[in-house]
Amino acid sequence: MSDDINALIRREYAAGFVTNIEAETLPPGLSEEVIAVISAKKREPEWMLEWRLEAYRKWREMQVPQWAHVKHPPVDFEAISYYSSPKSKDDAPKSLDEVDPEILDTFEKLGIPLHERAKLAGVAVDAVFDSVSIGTTFKEDLAKAGVIFCSISEAIRDYPELVKKYLGSVVPQNDNFYAALNSAVFSDGSFVYIPKNTRCPMELSTYFRINELNTGQFERTLIIADEGSQVSYLEGCTAPMRDENQLHAAVVELVALGNADIKYSTVQNWYPGDEDGKGGIYNFVTKRGVCDGPNAKISWTQVETGSAITWKYPSVVLRGDNSIGEFYSVALTNGYQQADTGTKMIHLGRNTKSTIISKGISAGHSSNAYRGLVRISPRAQGARNYTQCDSLLIGERCGAHTFPYIENKNPDAILEHEATTSKVSDDQLFLCRQRGIDEEKAVSMIVNGFCKEVFKELPMEFAVEAGKLLEVSLEGAVG
Amino acid sequence: MLEIKDLVATVEDKTILDGISLTVNPGEVHAIMGPNGSGKSTLANVLAGREPYAVAGGSVRYQGQDLLALAPEERARAGIFMAFQYPVEIPGVSNMQFLKAAVDAVRAHRGLDELDAPGFMKLAREECKKLKLKPEFLKRGVNEGFSGGEKKRNEILQMALLEPSLALLDETDSGLDIDALQVAAEGVNALRNAQRSFIVVTHYQRLLNYIVPDFVHVLAAGKIVKSGGRELALELEEKGYSWIE
Repeated sequence: MSDDINALIRREYAAGFVTNIEAETLPPGLSEEVIAVISAKKREPEWMLEWRLEAYRKWREMQVPQWAHVKHPPVDFEAISYYSSPKSKDDAPKSLDEVDPEILDTFEKLGIPLHERAKLAGVAVDAVFDSVSIGTTFKEDLAKAGVIFCSISEAIRDYPELVKKYLGSVVPQNDNFYAALNSAVFSDGSFVYIPKNTRCPMELSTYFRINELNTGQFERTLIIADEGSQVSYLEGCTAPMRDENQLHAAVVELVALGNADIKYSTVQNWYPGDEDGKGGIYNFVTKRGVCDGPNAKISWTQVETGSAITWKYPSVVLRGDNSIGEFYSVALTNGYQQADTGTKMIHLGRNTKSTIISKGISAGHSSNAYRGLVRISPRAQGARNYTQCDSLLIGERCGAHTFPYIENKNPDAILEHEATTSKVSDDQLFLCRQRGIDEEKAVSMIVNGFCKEVFKELPMEFAVEAGKLLEVSLEGAVG
Repeated sequence: MLEIKDLVATVEDKTILDGISLTVNPGEVHAIMGPNGSGKSTLANVLAGREPYAVAGGSVRYQGQDLLALAPEERARAGIFMAFQYPVEIPGVSNMQFLKAAVDAVRAHRGLDELDAPGFMKLAREECKKLKLKPEFLKRGVNEGFSGGEKKRNEILQMALLEPSLALLDETDSGLDIDALQVAAEGVNALRNAQRSFIVVTHYQRLLNYIVPDFVHVLAAGKIVKSGGRELALELEEKGYSWIE
């Protein structure tokens, strides 16, 4: 079947269009002056600028990490523009009515209507276009419940105490090279605060869109779930098709206090590059949550189908006793995509539990690696981890790798690790075809079956979207 | 229905079928018997369009069209069904989902609307009952953790739902105890009618006690060496394959 695979490895990237709007983009390059300009544009207080500069100075001392199982030419950090915003009369639109209709159209085309009449039922959306949050829906409804959901820029101005207390508390400025860079230049992102004993009345969602050429996107998301609260948050990402590689280096911090519950779901579909591996997003992201109190729970679910390179390890620090961390992941690579993704579960508290379910699917010439760390500290009496890593190969020229690390300092802990590697077999495909099912549909069905344990963790609307996304991303993966 | 003429098939340049000719009329049941390596399973696989079997000569006409020019899924939609000797597992894909996708594909080809989910469910449950399969069977992954008997009954279930014109049964009896064999055979017999034809590939006569054929053909070294009626199978059982070799 390998000849047919060749003929059929073609993908359609539906989100690959460019929006023609006037943008204000800083010239490429990074310096203290550039950071000062970003901070001034966002009308930030002095302490924020100081925090950014501190991060920048740390970043300059740091080295690009080389340990990931990915290959790419070095990123020229001086060739990137660190700030781009749609040009508008004022600094930022005051309401969605003032947002450029071209931008609203863009989100509409992506299936994210923002205007009043067509807002997604039951989902509040913060839309980030290049470096700027262009609007948040359902703000008033959320405010009634005491929930704060706004762009991080607004939060810095309006809720400085919360931001000061928690920003960098989970992912310190110098955590890693890309986190340090993000801390220096982050432009926008979402901020969420759920008050004590409050169940957030609707799903919260941020939709990220990179549009401008040669622009990096450095968003920063901070979610705080106060004691006994509950929130489910969704994140979606797309970018136009461009021949140049674009950098996306985000930081997401989650804080779940005692008895709080955060569910964070991502469907990542950044432009993966063309069929020859040209272009695509470099997705170097740091995501971490801390269960900072007893019985707290953080659950990451991710479906990664996009990006030329993915470097991402959503992690949970289980500090509170009886706290729970979960990681459910589907990472699909096709064409020349490379993914090095996984998680870290750091068990500090007693009776802490973590579950890792990772499904890697490789097709085309792609490379897909799972990298995970489970660390049990000496005082984490009764800690438990269950890890399951499954790899599925489609075709003959892709690769799957698994790098599980376990550091156990407590003899009481129970750790389980299971790993499988399988192929979409000719026999499975023939069975489907012999029943009248065409090959593409068969592959998509087999892959969806493989991912079932993860999809069932996604919120309903997202599970459907994720299934469709896999189908599109796999288009032509098999012949 | 089916007209095979001088069919030659190879695997990796090795000739497996060496000039097979066979005509199957509507409603007929033909049994293909033969020792291991005689090419009887290859015949079923070639008719279904499976790789890596390659056709090196001859022709196959099915309902007036050139069967060999069709892709496997096109043959399936045109009414050719193969019950596998070793049904493969598809983990995580529920039997129901799989069956519906298959039935939808075949119905679309026949110009029929897709069945809605409740309508299909009802149909599938009825067919399950006939094969003594519990309804939970439909929720399990395709062949995932099925016993040998369940796998074979699942093949018959698929056949019942897809309503083929020509069914190819590839050693359906292998790995079945006598009770499971009877249930499977009853399932097949229930589907026999004046329009539907069967090619039953088997090593043992035993299956033919339950699925009684109209014709029996004996294959050896890729050729049909003997053809006859039902009695030929019994004679073979008595004398062994060495008799025809």
